[in-house]
Amino acid sequence: MLRYIALRGLLALLVAFTVSLAAFLLLNVAADPAQAIAGEDATPEVVETIRARYGLDRPLAVRYADWLGGVVQGDFGESYYWHKPVASLVADRADETITLAFSALAVTILIAIPLGALAALNPNSWIDRLALGVAVSAQAVPNFWLGLIMIILFAVMVPIFPVSGDDSWRHFVLPAFVLGASSVPAVMRLTRTGLIEVMGADYIRTARSKGFRGWQLLRRHALRNAILPVISVLAVQLGQKFGGSVITESIFAINGLGRLALESILGADIPTVQMLIFVFAIVFVAMNLLADILNAALDPRIRIG
Amino acid sequence: MTLLDIQNLDITLSLPNGPLHVVRDVSLSLAKGEALGIVGESGSGKSMTALALMRLLPRSASCTAARMAFDGQDLPALDGPAFTAAIPGPKIGMIFQEPMTSLNPVYTIGRQMTEAAVARGLLSVPEARQKAVALLDRVGIPDPQDRMAQYPHQLSGGQRQRVMIAMTLMLDPDLLIADEPTTALDVTVQAQILDLLDDLRRERQMGLILISHDLAVVAQRTDRVAVMYMGELVEQGSAQDVLFEPRHDYTKALLAAIPRLDGPPRHAGDSAATDEVIAARDVTRRFTSRKGLFGPKRETLALDGVSLSVKRGETLALIGESGSGKSTLARILLGLDQPDAGEVRMLDRPVADLAPTDRAAFVQPVFQDPYTSLNPRRRLAEIIARPLVLRDEGDRASRLAAVEEAMERVRLPARLLHAYPSQLSGGQRQRVAIARALVTRPQALICDEPTSALDVSVQAQILDLLDELRRDMGLTCLLVTHDMAVVHEVADRIAVMYRGRIVEEGSAEAVLSNPSNDYTARLLAAAPRFGETAEDRQVAR
Repeated sequence: MLRYIALRGLLALLVAFTVSLAAFLLLNVAADPAQAIAGEDATPEVVETIRARYGLDRPLAVRYADWLGGVVQGDFGESYYWHKPVASLVADRADETITLAFSALAVTILIAIPLGALAALNPNSWIDRLALGVAVSAQAVPNFWLGLIMIILFAVMVPIFPVSGDDSWRHFVLPAFVLGASSVPAVMRLTRTGLIEVMGADYIRTARSKGFRGWQLLRRHALRNAILPVISVLAVQLGQKFGGSVITESIFAINGLGRLALESILGADIPTVQMLIFVFAIVFVAMNLLADILNAALDPRIRIG
Repeated sequence: MTLLDIQNLDITLSLPNGPLHVVRDVSLSLAKGEALGIVGESGSGKSMTALALMRLLPRSASCTAARMAFDGQDLPALDGPAFTAAIPGPKIGMIFQEPMTSLNPVYTIGRQMTEAAVARGLLSVPEARQKAVALLDRVGIPDPQDRMAQYPHQLSGGQRQRVMIAMTLMLDPDLLIADEPTTALDVTVQAQILDLLDDLRRERQMGLILISHDLAVVAQRTDRVAVMYMGELVEQGSAQDVLFEPRHDYTKALLAAIPRLDGPPRHAGDSAATDEVIAARDVTRRFTSRKGLFGPKRETLALDGVSLSVKRGETLALIGESGSGKSTLARILLGLDQPDAGEVRMLDRPVADLAPTDRAAFVQPVFQDPYTSLNPRRRLAEIIARPLVLRDEGDRASRLAAVEEAMERVRLPARLLHAYPSQLSGGQRQRVAIARALVTRPQALICDEPTSALDVSVQAQILDLLDELRRDMGLTCLLVTHDMAVVHEVADRIAVMYRGRIVEEGSAEAVLSNPSNDYTARLLAAAPRFGETAEDRQVAR
């Protein structure tokens, strides 16, 4: 088990390093950062001044090494736009996004897994059809549209929840639902197929022959097997919640990392964008690592080769 | 005293293309302590009958019966929860035939064995563990205490099957239904398990229904035998009557198809050729595994200085238990694995010097499982022509001609040329595997348990086919098997493997009638003999 975790951890580090390189190259090679900061109409002299001021005239490798050296020490440089250390800027805004991402994941789990399980236990029944309908429509509806509809329905017409802001838990209900809904189809379908497959397995027949039926059968023999693939997908979905927060945070005016990303992109604030890409990627990698460890903990075939 | 009484059982499956009547008008009864055998080929409805009793039929099945009573209790009268609470487990226990997949992979053996007894409040956790260890010991699992903490994937197929059996016995069922309980097991283990079931039956007056396609095993272990064919019970009677005075034509055909272990072998080593087609000299193969991250390396000696030669035109049977190294040897002879020491020669050339495609033209494999060894997405024509394509041999037309010839040889109708494997029966699939092996016109075939996944009647056809090919094409054949009766049927010579060594080698006649090695003698004694009945066995004991 330790060997497995160590190996996965090492792999995750490697991925993190690759991502940092990719993020750096994307921002520094794909476009001229000095030009982007100066704006389209700036004169060549202004661009050159900016280039010198931010050290963008140094060779790419030196700049990367410099940046990576800072990253290792937790220093992501200074924001061009807010003139504050990027790390503290991100730390200030992280709360909102973490709250939003995890509550969205909770929404996904609470809707998708029971719905998937109900559909699996009654295949081709009206429950199954209904679940399929929910999945298809949730898949088809764009996030921003669903966000606006929810605001109209539950903040304007029936004012149960506030329209926007991030002051209390009530402010997070609608955005969490909107962000969570986008993952429901994938997780629900996977729960359904996983559970159907497990319920048809020989070991379930064995458990039935021992006199386990219904809820007991599900809890004792089916759930752990069926949940294994779902865990991996949930990890990916949680990573997407962080990335997906860009749109949702804008609609509901939540001052989190998503908004910060949007603002820093519009402001050509390269150090901030760079750190955000890196952080989102690390969240992805970390979640996948966590999923791998959880899977190993639940499945002895992974744990004991 | 009647334990089980089923009258006029009908089971219908509703399939997309209409209802399928899988069991028709079956009536069975069983007294306490009695053993009933149900025999029939796959698809005959024998497993369905058992599943109906346990209410384990698939959703699409519907079942009706004039009467279905267990121990005086009318089963259909029980509603779902009442049935679950009373019947499956403590009243009727069932052992399934798929040992590899019938245990839950994510829980320990200990948990799976004890949970039902504990959940029902029959035993406390320590009591249940104690009983589980005792039962594991009784079914012949070594170090039962340690096994309790292990997971199914750490056990071999045979061990898993024994765990299944022990697990079912945890609840002391009044009736045990065993659906092909020993197909995954070696003959010696099979005999041990069947003895155990016999003992339990006597000790506890347990009823036993033994479902099998193996008439020899069933007749030996049961008082009465029921023969099923296409969903109907065609014959029922004492084991003695059914074996020696079969009335129904199907029973007669089934009996004729069984490979016999009595009388002289069919081949008496008549091949006079002496040139060696494939020869292994002092072949050694080790496998190393490590326990934990820093644990000591453990070495398993799978082959320990094995020398074996197959002569032109003969059928050499390699027999032994699972784990004896016979499949490893077969892989090395095929050139699919390299020995750590020693040498394999094909027609006196070291196999290492041959290019894979030349080797493939020379020797071809036929594997055990015809259900998984064919690519389900390719048509027969493509599957059979594949070795030619890989060797870049001939053009489209000549390949097609070769495929058609190979199909004719194995007697597959030409209309199946464009069929997919899923449209074929098990026997037809194994014919496809043989046709694919023949298409390069190899000198030798290496067949690893080619018939163990097939019904007896089909097995007989495949064995006949192999024999015919040997005669007509002068094909050399190495047959890897654990089935003594199959060996008796087709082998010229026999080599017996035990723990990585060849312990005995000789003509089929000599080895079968007068084994010089203890292990061979044990293997022969354990093999079920046709015509032996439960009474004979008891007398022998």
